[in-house]
Amino acid sequence: MSPVGTMNLDLDHETRAFRAEVRSWLAANVPTAPLPPVDTPEGDRAHRAWERRLAAAGLSVVSWPTAYGGRDVSPLQWLIFEEEYHRARAPVRINQNGLFLLAPTLFTHGTAEQRARLLPRMARADDVWAQAWSEPEAGSDLAGIRSRAVRTDGGWLLSGQKTWSTRAAQADHAFGLFRTGVDRHRGLTYLMFDLRAAGVTVRPIQQVGGATGFAEIFLDQVFVPDADVLGAVDQGWTVAMSTAGHERGLSLRSPGRFTAAAQRLVRLWCQAGTHTDPALSDRVVAGWIAARAYQLHSYGTATQEAADRTPEPPPPPGRADRPAQAGATALRGSGHAASMTKVFWSELDVALHEVALDLLGPHAETGGLRADSAGRAGDAGGADAWLDGYLFSLAGPIYAGTNEIQRTVIAERVLGLPRGRR
Amino acid sequence: MKLTPSAEQEQFAAALHAMLTEADIPTVARQWAADDPAPGQVLWRRLAELGVTGLAVPARWGGLAAHPADLVVACEELGHHALPGPAAESIAALPMLLTTLGDDALCETWLPRLANGEVIGTLAVPPHVPYATDADVVSLVLRADEQTLRLGVPGPRRRSVDDTRRLVEVADGALLATGPAVGPAVGHALNAGALACAAQLLGAGHALLETTLRYAGQRTQFGQPIGQFQAVKHQLADVAIGLEFARPLLYAAAVALADHPTTTARDVSAAKVACADAAQRAARTALQVHGAIGYARESGLGSWLTRIWALARTWGTQSWHRERIRTALATGALT
Repeated sequence: MSPVGTMNLDLDHETRAFRAEVRSWLAANVPTAPLPPVDTPEGDRAHRAWERRLAAAGLSVVSWPTAYGGRDVSPLQWLIFEEEYHRARAPVRINQNGLFLLAPTLFTHGTAEQRARLLPRMARADDVWAQAWSEPEAGSDLAGIRSRAVRTDGGWLLSGQKTWSTRAAQADHAFGLFRTGVDRHRGLTYLMFDLRAAGVTVRPIQQVGGATGFAEIFLDQVFVPDADVLGAVDQGWTVAMSTAGHERGLSLRSPGRFTAAAQRLVRLWCQAGTHTDPALSDRVVAGWIAARAYQLHSYGTATQEAADRTPEPPPPPGRADRPAQAGATALRGSGHAASMTKVFWSELDVALHEVALDLLGPHAETGGLRADSAGRAGDAGGADAWLDGYLFSLAGPIYAGTNEIQRTVIAERVLGLPRGRR
Repeated sequence: MKLTPSAEQEQFAAALHAMLTEADIPTVARQWAADDPAPGQVLWRRLAELGVTGLAVPARWGGLAAHPADLVVACEELGHHALPGPAAESIAALPMLLTTLGDDALCETWLPRLANGEVIGTLAVPPHVPYATDADVVSLVLRADEQTLRLGVPGPRRRSVDDTRRLVEVADGALLATGPAVGPAVGHALNAGALACAAQLLGAGHALLETTLRYAGQRTQFGQPIGQFQAVKHQLADVAIGLEFARPLLYAAAVALADHPTTTARDVSAAKVACADAAQRAARTALQVHGAIGYARESGLGSWLTRIWALARTWGTQSWHRERIRTALATGALT
């Protein structure tokens, strides 16, 4: 037996054409001056308007089915879209919680009615969504949430407190878990609610850099109709974990973001005349390698996903005797593999920005601490953008499940080590 | 685009894995180190039967003319089993060197016999590969630099931390080739050797992760398996992450070696740096999680540890590979 395999990194004609189309549209349409900070009233308007332009061009949700405003492109083409989007330094996606976290859950667990009602509006940013997972006493221990949903005529009454809710200060709707039963995991229900409804109070929280990217949400008998339960009652944990997989994995922080940041870092390194400093150069090289590893890893995952849509031959003999293998083969199809991705990209993001700040030296601190500039890693030489990006990157190892939680998930669910106390 | 192993490649790896599992490599390796290379040479013939030794040899000279990705798949298995012998040299670097050089007489003399396993070859490429590994027990020894390719004359042995690596100083022997074609051929051989070396490192790292996971699930302290402690879990998770994200760089380097000469140096170096880092993290963690028993020779962990310590620094040091990437990036960014 001998292999007859090939590998290549060449995109097919259709994907190349798609890249060209996206690149050319972005070149013609991305605002030359950055939009106002997304958490200000004028920034909110500008970012919503940008989303409407994207949607009108058919580019706001390219991976979705056409019925909901998408173009049904392949996972690989979605990665290409993201590369181009970040390369063009296009505005942060104001609705990313909806697009990247809620929408995948709606596709998996939502009803046809929910999809038809919510997705097209989400695609145009008619509705901007916030996430409402954490509570003051339930952070890493998410299943410990206390906010309740109590049965009432035709729906539920929500009471309690949510916190660290990204975008809640300006969003229209939110989604999260609420306690509907006593069982720790099987007594939770996934609900979507109107942030403008009676009984909702939102208090913005200022972040370490001065921006107000997240908020607390206080809920006092807030009515939610049955139509806004996502998945079955008491099955919210399962539903939420599918969203968590998206948040941890590729979709929230696509490789395009880091590919673009690594390229800007290399330019900064050369422009700053620091490419002869061996210590800094080694860190630039390490950042570039890691960003490329994430990009290539995602290509592999995306093309494999496409291949997995067709029936596969049974696994080859001889592999079964190997214990939990961390290789590409063993990890395929494992939702928990997203935890590996999350640790990798969040640490990569911090590292890229730390090197950039070191390259900028005493100029690093002079950036005006502007509001949330998520996704805008900055001009090659723009200290303020690198600084904002650094502040944003530092949240990465914390949100979407801390990296400590992720490492435990990897050890137990991917590597098969025995479960223990947290 | 295709950047994951095909079903054929997975079957090939599985067949190789089955053969090597059955072959009792630890015993063969001990014999190889103790001046009894015969069992290792027999094993080499079996590698040839599976096609491993002919992967990088053109069909014209009796080989399979396979894609470098096939070489990566094979070398990962060889590293996984800590096979003794000059794999990077005989399976990857020498065939690529002779093929690229394009001297029909040399090719005709050596390539068919390298492919069918009759000849095991090795080479020194100072300063990156200062010694010819196993030169005293194989039948083709070369010594190359940027200007000349010569036969190598085996001299004194040098001890390696990995006692299966029989490091031999080689003096200049008969001149085989000189002139402008030698430099590019040697450069290609260095890339092929580094790629094969990186693949072995990844395989060895995976072997250590698997062994350590088994041990952590069995060894009990404080009334529970040590693998239940988060301090152990998190270290092993980091090992798994390092290996997982090194592999795509390895495949991309194979693609570059086949099709993209302008990025080959950069991409092979990225693979070598990432695989060596990931394997060394796996080695350090494996030893730490095993504790004292891992430090004892009887545990057998040492076959992989010492292999990783050696391979991580040969076929180009980490500094040399990072420097190649630095140059590629600086040139690309400034133009």
